[in-house]
Amino acid sequence: MIDNSKTGMSLIVKTITRLTVGLILLFGIYIVLHGHLSPGGGFAGGVIIALSFVHLMLAFGKEVVTSKISKNLASNLESIGALMFLSIAAIGFFGGSFFLNILKKGEPFELFSAGTIPLSNLAISLKVGIGLLAIFLALVILEGAKKER
Amino acid sequence: MNTVNIIPLFVIIPLFSAFFISFIGRFVKRAYINLVSVIACSSLLFLSFSGLNLLRSSAAPALVYKIGGWAPPFGICMVLDGLTNFMLITVNLVAFFVSIYSLNYMDKYTDRPKFLTLFFLMLTGMNGLIVTGDLFNLFVFLEIASIASYALVAFGTEAEELEASFKYTIMGSLASSFIFVGIAFLYGFTSTLNMADMASILSAKQNIWIVNFVAVLFLMGFGLKAALMPFHGWIADAHPSAPASISAMLSGVLIKTLGIYALMRVFFNVLGMTDAYLSVLMFLGSLSIIVAVILALSQWDLKRLLAYHSISQIGYVVLGIGLGTPLGILGGLFHLFNHSIFKSLLFLTSGAIDYSTGTRDLKEMSGLREKLPVTAKTNLIASMSIAGIPPFNGFFSKLIIIFACIQKGCIGYALAAVIGSILTLASFTKVQKFAFFGELKEKYKAITEVPLAMKLSMIGLAIICILGGFLLLPSFRFFLNDAVGVLLEGRDYAKIILK
Amino acid sequence: MSLYLLCLTLFCIGLYGVLRKRNIVKIIIGLAIIEYSINLFFVLLGYRFHGRAPIDAQDQNILNMVDPLPQALVLTSIVIGLGVTALLISIAIRLYEKYGTFDITKIRRLKG
Repeated sequence: MIDNSKTGMSLIVKTITRLTVGLILLFGIYIVLHGHLSPGGGFAGGVIIALSFVHLMLAFGKEVVTSKISKNLASNLESIGALMFLSIAAIGFFGGSFFLNILKKGEPFELFSAGTIPLSNLAISLKVGIGLLAIFLALVILEGAKKER
Repeated sequence: MNTVNIIPLFVIIPLFSAFFISFIGRFVKRAYINLVSVIACSSLLFLSFSGLNLLRSSAAPALVYKIGGWAPPFGICMVLDGLTNFMLITVNLVAFFVSIYSLNYMDKYTDRPKFLTLFFLMLTGMNGLIVTGDLFNLFVFLEIASIASYALVAFGTEAEELEASFKYTIMGSLASSFIFVGIAFLYGFTSTLNMADMASILSAKQNIWIVNFVAVLFLMGFGLKAALMPFHGWIADAHPSAPASISAMLSGVLIKTLGIYALMRVFFNVLGMTDAYLSVLMFLGSLSIIVAVILALSQWDLKRLLAYHSISQIGYVVLGIGLGTPLGILGGLFHLFNHSIFKSLLFLTSGAIDYSTGTRDLKEMSGLREKLPVTAKTNLIASMSIAGIPPFNGFFSKLIIIFACIQKGCIGYALAAVIGSILTLASFTKVQKFAFFGELKEKYKAITEVPLAMKLSMIGLAIICILGGFLLLPSFRFFLNDAVGVLLEGRDYAKIILK
Repeated sequence: MSLYLLCLTLFCIGLYGVLRKRNIVKIIIGLAIIEYSINLFFVLLGYRFHGRAPIDAQDQNILNMVDPLPQALVLTSIVIGLGVTALLISIAIRLYEKYGTFDITKIRRLKG
């Protein structure tokens, strides 16, 4: 992590961010994986995951994230998420119908249950999390390009 | 795979190609991306014809596909009936020719994968909107198509394009909000979102003010998407600003699918058509015909002129459908098909002129028929088609609409249609005179005809323009009659879907 | 009933923002307010007094639930609103680059 006092916000914000950002990311992952049992799911979890990165960028300056994840990589991952969701939906064709849940449903209220729904949640969280991050990156890069001119 | 399974493919194929192209776009050569786009579009065209064949051979009025195996009132269903088939063939035919045209035309722009991604997302939205049988699903697909079209209008990122796109986005989002409020009211009232179920619940209740209220909201929303006359403000900016192949899609099929098709489906099959709605549609249609064509007469920007003519021709479609008689609806739907063919051809030729000469101003160009023979001839065919000169397809549909007006006794509306047609002829005479006839200017001595793929798609559309009238022959008549039948059956739609 | 009227008021505030304001950013905010008012209205349609959240948890009998369907639909609508807002903001940034102003009365290169 870049610990440069020139970029980003004050020391207090940076310290608090360092303490909380991991928890936010973990909470997002929990929401995604537990989405078929409790409120939440792919979309809400994906937004929380994306917000943890946005939080980092706000506190430490945009280079923290842009040096790790370029915009191209983000949009590639986003396409992969969309293709994954579409292919999970298309798996249903083997059972006879589009979007059919053909995997084993398992016991209710167990972590490994509900067939394709957890898989769809994963795909959606990839799509939404990276997609939101890509939107934010695009706006930040657009803003940066304007200042340089 | 059993045969009904082709219905979701209309959504899967364009959605898959959109994200696939966006994924592979950075790694592979341009030729492969082009190949993917042409294969996707031609398979969609093939599928829509085989859907027609499937419906004819099954002899059922409609085929219902249950997504995920959930039965219709609870799950989302997809419906393939006469009207759906008609619209699918129209959309995918134009999309096929546009995708061929874009092979060469998009060389002017830099980012081809992004363009194709947005193009296929727009196609997903339109195909999905046509096949779905669920009101909220219709809204979602409408928004997918709209957002892709907002982005495509701004694709050049020049000042004018951004300005047009901003205006279009604000107006379009407002329209979507109205549609969403309408759906909220209908859901609150009927507690269902399936269109067929909704129709059967609504027809069991008598004299309810809420249906009229929702009808007004939907008329505002879908009318704005269709650029009917009081809601037309955005079209003259948005359609000329997009790349020409996208203008062809926007003017050719997007305003008809998002506006006219959704309007027809909701008004005829769900809310139930009454005489009051019909007279409003007829009035708005004839207003569009006259006012838009007068506005078009004074334009000097070729694409702007074509955009105003789109409003006027949409007026013909709405007038024909608003008559409510079988002949009127037949004329309206036939004109919808014809207009999507010749208007996309006109936009493609305007793009070809832009490609060769670099201008869209009619005063700048002259005598181009020597240098651009294919463009000039196809443009002449399309111009005669839109103006209603006898052997071409536009003549027959306009004639049917005017006959239907007289048959119903609306002489005033028939007169409006005739006057609109004459003014259209005047306007396109101007285009021909200034663009293609006269002296060739000195600076255009060196220009050459456009590349092969662009020529091919223009010639293909021109052939359909010439042969379009044959759809009225008894052996091909089923194509239109099935679509008319779906609208005339009204709320009996519910019984067919839910049986 | 008064809750529905509040939604209408919020809608009118948004409409005022879209129609009357001259700054592009304020127009976008107005559009967002319109979307939120409609989402609020739709969620309220599914609400019932003293209702529970529609979650099927372990060892609980299901009674007095609010309608879950509007919540799912509103979630979809929020996503759509997010897409439109992101697009509008990026267009606004580009417009500022080209014209150097956020005032729509000065952004008039088109005639229509």
